[in-house]
Amino acid sequence: MKFGVVVFPGTWSDRDCGWVVDQVLGQELVYLWHKDTDLKGCDCVILPGGFAYGDYLRTGAIARFAPVMEQVGEFADRGGLVWGICNGFQVLCEAGLLPGALIRNSSLQFRCEWTNLLVERTDLPFTSRCEEREVLRMPIAHGEGSYFADPATLSRLEQRGQVVLRYCDADGRVTPASNPNGSLHNIAGIVNARGNVLGMMPHPERCSEAELGGTDGLKLFRSVAEGALKVLVS
Amino acid sequence: MDERRLREVALTPDEYRAIVEQLKRAPNEVELGMLGVLWSEHCSYKSSKALLRRLPTTGPGVVQGPGENAGAVEVGEGWSVVFKVESHNHPSAIEPYQGAATGVGGIIRDVIAMGARPIALLDSLRFGPLPASSHHFEGVVAGIGGYGNCIGIPTVGGEVYFEECYANNPLVNAMCVGLVRTEELMRARAEGTGNSILLVGADTGRDGIHGASFASLELDESSSERRPAVQVGNPFLEKCLLEACMDLAHTDAVVAIQDLGAAGLTSAVAECAGRVEGAGARIDVSLVPRRERGMTPYDVMLSESQERMLVVVRRGREREVETIFHAWDLTSAVIGEVTDDGQLTVVDGRDHVARVPVKLLTDGAPMRRLMGFPPEPPYGLQVDALPPLVDAGATLLRMLASPNLASRRGIFRRYDHMVGDSTVITPGGDAAMLRVKGTRLGIAVTTDCNARYVHLDPHLGAQLAVAEAARNIVATGARPLAVTDCLNFANPDRPEVYWELEEAIAGLAYACRALDVPIVSGNVSLYNDSNGESAIYPTPVVGMVGVIDDYQRRLGAALRAEGDFVLLIGSSHNDLGGSEYLKVEHGHVAGRPPALDLTREKAVNRLILSAAQSGYLHSAHDCADGGMLIALAECCLLGGIGVRCPAIRPEPPLRLDAAFFGESPSRYIVSVPSRAMPEMQSLARRHNVELSMLGLAGGGFVEFEGQLKVSLAELRAAWEVMVT
Repeated sequence: MKFGVVVFPGTWSDRDCGWVVDQVLGQELVYLWHKDTDLKGCDCVILPGGFAYGDYLRTGAIARFAPVMEQVGEFADRGGLVWGICNGFQVLCEAGLLPGALIRNSSLQFRCEWTNLLVERTDLPFTSRCEEREVLRMPIAHGEGSYFADPATLSRLEQRGQVVLRYCDADGRVTPASNPNGSLHNIAGIVNARGNVLGMMPHPERCSEAELGGTDGLKLFRSVAEGALKVLVS
Repeated sequence: MDERRLREVALTPDEYRAIVEQLKRAPNEVELGMLGVLWSEHCSYKSSKALLRRLPTTGPGVVQGPGENAGAVEVGEGWSVVFKVESHNHPSAIEPYQGAATGVGGIIRDVIAMGARPIALLDSLRFGPLPASSHHFEGVVAGIGGYGNCIGIPTVGGEVYFEECYANNPLVNAMCVGLVRTEELMRARAEGTGNSILLVGADTGRDGIHGASFASLELDESSSERRPAVQVGNPFLEKCLLEACMDLAHTDAVVAIQDLGAAGLTSAVAECAGRVEGAGARIDVSLVPRRERGMTPYDVMLSESQERMLVVVRRGREREVETIFHAWDLTSAVIGEVTDDGQLTVVDGRDHVARVPVKLLTDGAPMRRLMGFPPEPPYGLQVDALPPLVDAGATLLRMLASPNLASRRGIFRRYDHMVGDSTVITPGGDAAMLRVKGTRLGIAVTTDCNARYVHLDPHLGAQLAVAEAARNIVATGARPLAVTDCLNFANPDRPEVYWELEEAIAGLAYACRALDVPIVSGNVSLYNDSNGESAIYPTPVVGMVGVIDDYQRRLGAALRAEGDFVLLIGSSHNDLGGSEYLKVEHGHVAGRPPALDLTREKAVNRLILSAAQSGYLHSAHDCADGGMLIALAECCLLGGIGVRCPAIRPEPPLRLDAAFFGESPSRYIVSVPSRAMPEMQSLARRHNVELSMLGLAGGGFVEFEGQLKVSLAELRAAWEVMVT
């Protein structure tokens, strides 16, 4: 399994994602530069966290014009696995690969803290190693992670089961108090209709080793590493 | 010379005369400006240099002491940590967000210049009481987050205190810690006549002109007019600069990297050349990329535009280096070359602009001989006259909710403290810890200073700051290695302030020698008063770094298991002088700070490290501000586990309030699984350290039988009063 980690100027989770892929999972890793025009034969492209191009205009707004993004779009169209984490999720929304947008946290403040996530889909290449309705503990770190979409989009997402991760309490109850940023319907992560493009605000690469406080993130990386080929074949 | 013009460049008539004498002519406008900034207190340390020589700066692990962009010590397996703390007090008083943001940006560049990758940031902050000072507080916290979060370096620690004396002069001290292979450590020495000088990063604008001089004056009502002297930060640009500089490590074309900070190009070139005997530099300002039109050579040489670095490149290999910067879409330009004439020569195309001996710029400022005189001794404290403790539980709740003790979660959750996948001890306990990936090494980092103690007794207070920092490191299981200090004081022209400075430096030196922690870098910030009044407490902030050989053996402050024994290590005395208890419950800042016996301190630290190494401990927490009961409550709140203790019966003359809330140093709260108790007891005997059993971990209360019983929920509500 070959993971490609995209590096925009201003990206900072590239090395963390690379570390997990390479050192924790022992999978093949290649960094993709934003100016690259081919994906070097990756099976899964990760768009990591950071402030691509400084995020000065709007999060992800400039990154979608990067040369590499054209390839990522085509790759997704062909059914390739694309995984946007934090800033990567914002980029995917701006690029139109996922619906909706991430807006300023309702607290109007940056938040770096642990959250609980209810897994609502386990039939995806990203979550196949999770249990049905499992609660994952995972940190967030963002100032603009409040998921927003118009009512029609939102109900379409819900009807088609595209909400993959939802902020919840430790017992899996989806409550207002467990929503760290004001996301509509407590949405933490969504997938496209085809199931090959995942965007999520929490950071699985920050909880893939016990010494960092938890290993739930590794379940997602393992799902991709072990399950991806099946999807590509089908 | 026109007095007004001299005031503008912050030079005295005497200093001007010294310049004329040395140059054997009158300086021109540009030369005057350049000398003015480099002779400012901020750059020249003219009031403090003589005192700073007293500090211990060498030791077995030190690979770089003061004098470079940052200090460095070896941590093992070929790695060194590079670190420094720096103040950005004046800018933050005027423009809290940008002042704090650019303070963070500046200290990061100091670490980058050493060839190290920054792995952690810490911030030591002081404000006036809230809500009156909330514009300072909110702006500074947002600015630190705005810069650190964007650039992707975790902000893992620091401290915040609220005291009246900082209402007009908030303190913002930022510390950065980096990692480098020892053999790849860079030094900013302009070696090699004919080598090229490159300016990299942001274009040069008119921002921040005279920032260094501004930092060397007292604040007054005209200070807000100096807002143009505060720079604006661009963390995205600095992130690109950081990565490009890391890429430079792969080439040997680079001779030196130097940060452009206070006094901009003038200082960067002079410092870089000044580190090499006989070296000079020739700079052509017409080659400097600019942000705006109409800038004069004066503007270019003195601009403090952020996110710029100076790179000295081997002649003929400029293209190689420029390619690396271009890959990150960064502008770089050759603006001059290294010379061997010992002069800093500035030209503008064909026009001569300035020519000043490098040594005159860097070492020429006449040292100021100031007089120290002790002020009236602070108000004494009759401990015996204090009313006895009435309701320990109620006092505990009030203390936990006091601004200086309340939980900082509301602050550190606004900082990304996890990026880098290395933070193995997160903020909220004692020191934070970063692992060195690919090894088992852990780097513990902390900043400390209880300025109330320093105010009451500068010599002892400074010692206590060093001791507390060391205790914070030891509480994680790490060995203290070295120190960076940031000396924040008021106007040293006042004899009582200079006396404080003298005493505090002597105290730092004494404690650092005793605890074997050399000071490898630092910064002095004077004139922290406004209108000659409302001087700050003398605040010598101590940043300390330590190492643990195997981070899997690290300790947190939180209680971990029900049924563990909870112990107090070290002995307690009637140390209520300068305590938080005295302030919160009795409204006094008075008395003598707790006595410190550094021999005992070392014994206690050795005991904790040895017990941690042997795996006897489940947790360890330093007893500091607020005393034993606050420390114990923190252990419980962090772990979500209560504690049941029999009543405390202090042996006279120890008072009950002092047993609970006294701030005797050299103490820890530890938790020990019952099976390890015999070993722990014999270890304590061997180290000749007092060990007292407090109680058993468990339940949902902090309880001392018959004396207090408060639920964790109630304690948490009080403690998290600032988490909004």
